[in-house]
Amino acid sequence: MRDFWKRFARNKGAVIGLGILIAVVLLAALAPLLYPDSPWRMVQRPFLPPMEMDGFWFGTDTLGRDIGAGLAHGARISLLVGIVSTLVALSIGVTLGALAGYYGGLLDDALMRFTEFFQTIPNFALAIVLVAIFQPSITSIVMAIAIVSWPPVARLVRGEFLSLRSREFVQASVVIGQSNARIILTQVLPNTLSPVIVMASLMVATAILLESSLSFLGLGDPNHMSWGYMIGAARTVLRQAWWMSFFPGIAILLTVLALNLVGEGLNDALNPRLARKGR
Amino acid sequence: MTKGQRAIALAMAAAVTAAAGSALAEEPKRGGTANVVIQPEPPGLIMGLWQNAPTQMVAGNIYESLLKYDQELNPLPSLATEWEVNDDGTVYTFHLKDNVLWHDGEPMTADDVVFSVTDFLAETHPRLRVSLEHVENVEALDDHTVQFTLKQPFGPFMGIFEVGSMPITPKHIYEGTNFQDNPANNHPIGTGPFKFAEWERGSHIHLVRNEDYHVEGLPYLDEVYWHVIPDGASRAVAYENGDVDVLPGGSVENFDVARLSELPNTCITGGGWEYFSPMAWMWLNNREGPLADKRVRQAVLYSIDREFARDAIWNGLGEVPTGPVSSKVRFYEPDVPRYDYDPDKARELLEEAGYDGEEIRMLPLPYGETWQRWAEAVRQNMQEAGFNVSMEATDVGGWNQRLGDWDYDMAFTYLYQYGDPALGVTRNYISSNIAKGSQWNNVQGYEDERVDELADEGAVAFPDEKRQEIYSEMQKIIVEDAPIAWLLEIEFPTIYRCDMKDLIQTAIGVNDGFGDAWLDR
Repeated sequence: MRDFWKRFARNKGAVIGLGILIAVVLLAALAPLLYPDSPWRMVQRPFLPPMEMDGFWFGTDTLGRDIGAGLAHGARISLLVGIVSTLVALSIGVTLGALAGYYGGLLDDALMRFTEFFQTIPNFALAIVLVAIFQPSITSIVMAIAIVSWPPVARLVRGEFLSLRSREFVQASVVIGQSNARIILTQVLPNTLSPVIVMASLMVATAILLESSLSFLGLGDPNHMSWGYMIGAARTVLRQAWWMSFFPGIAILLTVLALNLVGEGLNDALNPRLARKGR
Repeated sequence: MTKGQRAIALAMAAAVTAAAGSALAEEPKRGGTANVVIQPEPPGLIMGLWQNAPTQMVAGNIYESLLKYDQELNPLPSLATEWEVNDDGTVYTFHLKDNVLWHDGEPMTADDVVFSVTDFLAETHPRLRVSLEHVENVEALDDHTVQFTLKQPFGPFMGIFEVGSMPITPKHIYEGTNFQDNPANNHPIGTGPFKFAEWERGSHIHLVRNEDYHVEGLPYLDEVYWHVIPDGASRAVAYENGDVDVLPGGSVENFDVARLSELPNTCITGGGWEYFSPMAWMWLNNREGPLADKRVRQAVLYSIDREFARDAIWNGLGEVPTGPVSSKVRFYEPDVPRYDYDPDKARELLEEAGYDGEEIRMLPLPYGETWQRWAEAVRQNMQEAGFNVSMEATDVGGWNQRLGDWDYDMAFTYLYQYGDPALGVTRNYISSNIAKGSQWNNVQGYEDERVDELADEGAVAFPDEKRQEIYSEMQKIIVEDAPIAWLLEIEFPTIYRCDMKDLIQTAIGVNDGFGDAWLDR
């Protein structure tokens, strides 16, 4: 663990990213304390510029809702959607990838053609269609993002399984009579985790971006304040009120950047042999 | 002085100069071109065939009807110069102008009027057809006199001669043909101040001055270009660049209106919608759930800060309605129970009704940002008063279907009232109009025997004093029952250059506005 942290910390960017990420998580966790009112509440006059009134450092939007409250409560939705949809995508991708890679043959062919079917459709277009069909809600958005983002996971896990299943330790397990399920779960899978974790951290970032894009297009859950919604709602007044779209935009940028930096740090820490020289 | 303040000051200076200018030179100037936005592109320009708003807006300057209406909805002469009504309100006689020519040079006579009403529009115009059910007979007494005989008095009859409701259509072109497939449908022929010149699809519609117009000296403008610009932001930019001079109501997002109206030489008006008197409201499903209880529906009205929504979302234009009839419509009754913003009162009513926090589903109108923001504000108001509201996102198709199937608790909408309760109000409250599949009837499922009776009586009562009495009683009952939540008498803002004079003169605004407009340049 200490080694892990040492290797992670060698990447300065990753440490900064981790710092930002922790700040965002704290913001999300403390949102109900910082802003006990609903972020939808119209608390001040509309179009209040930032820094003009105490307690409204980020200004208000077209209806007089506090942008600060929107940022804090939006962080909850962005992180929630990012994490849950990644978990769902992982569970689909890892299962299919493991089965295909371990058993090979016809099953592998069938599962990979199925995966390719999803891979050939552009991610974002498919997500829009899915959300539009099932009506926008947190559940449908999480499912749509998961459904468009599992294929790379399946590909990755399958590749790892293909290379690991011919190793001696796996053959040894077969020889001593372990069941297939046991070999997959206890022998092979743990050895594929490092690249999967790295990929997952990047998937969270992509999921947050996807959710924001959907909300921007008006396909967000209308009952939850999110960063993408805030930008989408503010784009018609971009020229009068820059702050309404600027702050949530910065929030998305920082969070996604932080996740990418952390992902890179994890990569360095978990695959020391692949880590780039000169850090 | 900030940039914004300077813009306002400039605009005011321009307005003052313009006012001074018009005081010195009242005489309208001849000549010039008007560039106007049309949004969306109309499906066609034959007014009798298409009742869509964009068709009305362009073709209202090509076609004419017997009358026009001023902004108080009083009739003005148009094709008819004089009219008489007999004592029991069943025979209407119109005397037509004798110097009116169609755009192809043929004279317009009483036969054209009879043909338009009894043949053409009776087939193509569903809304007029409903009014014509009260008409026994239409005949041409001579070339320039038309007589309508009614089965019984029909109160709103003098209000149906607006150009979009009864466009007079040329008999010599359409008689004996299939109206929908007539080759002349590509080239509208009317009697109005402007002739159709050219329509380049996706780009513009070009109208030119009618040199033989039957009013001496009119129109003042040489030509009108209607520009098709599909994107809201581009329409705003086109105005800023000076490419267009008029942005009719609804052509830019409401949140852009404040910024545009601060530009120099820019005037804004909410006028010109009196004939349509659009009113926005929320359907409340009276059939089931918490909203079946009258007290809960009243609580909805008390809980909404309607003034705030008007000021924040509609730029302060429009009036907060007191009941089902818009204050701009005839027989409006102001003396009804008021539902001013009072969340405490709403909470009391909810408690009294035993509302237990059951979820209420809200459908916003999927017509863009303005309506979305409005729904969010109303939801927040209601939640603060103790309602549990969840908003459901739909597209236009889904919205239509769910309203038609009564699958909603609350839903935003807006409808036209056409100046008279019998034309555009009672249709939403009488129990005979409860039917699945329409978004324009009694969607909320409100039933009250007395209201049904009064609505029937009001349509055929004579004279107007009698109708006022009937409709006043009806409005009091409906307001007390709060079957729907009236939100706003909408005034869609028309934005135009201040040196475009006399543009909005009638109750339908730019729809027939260019016949009188002139440029002070």
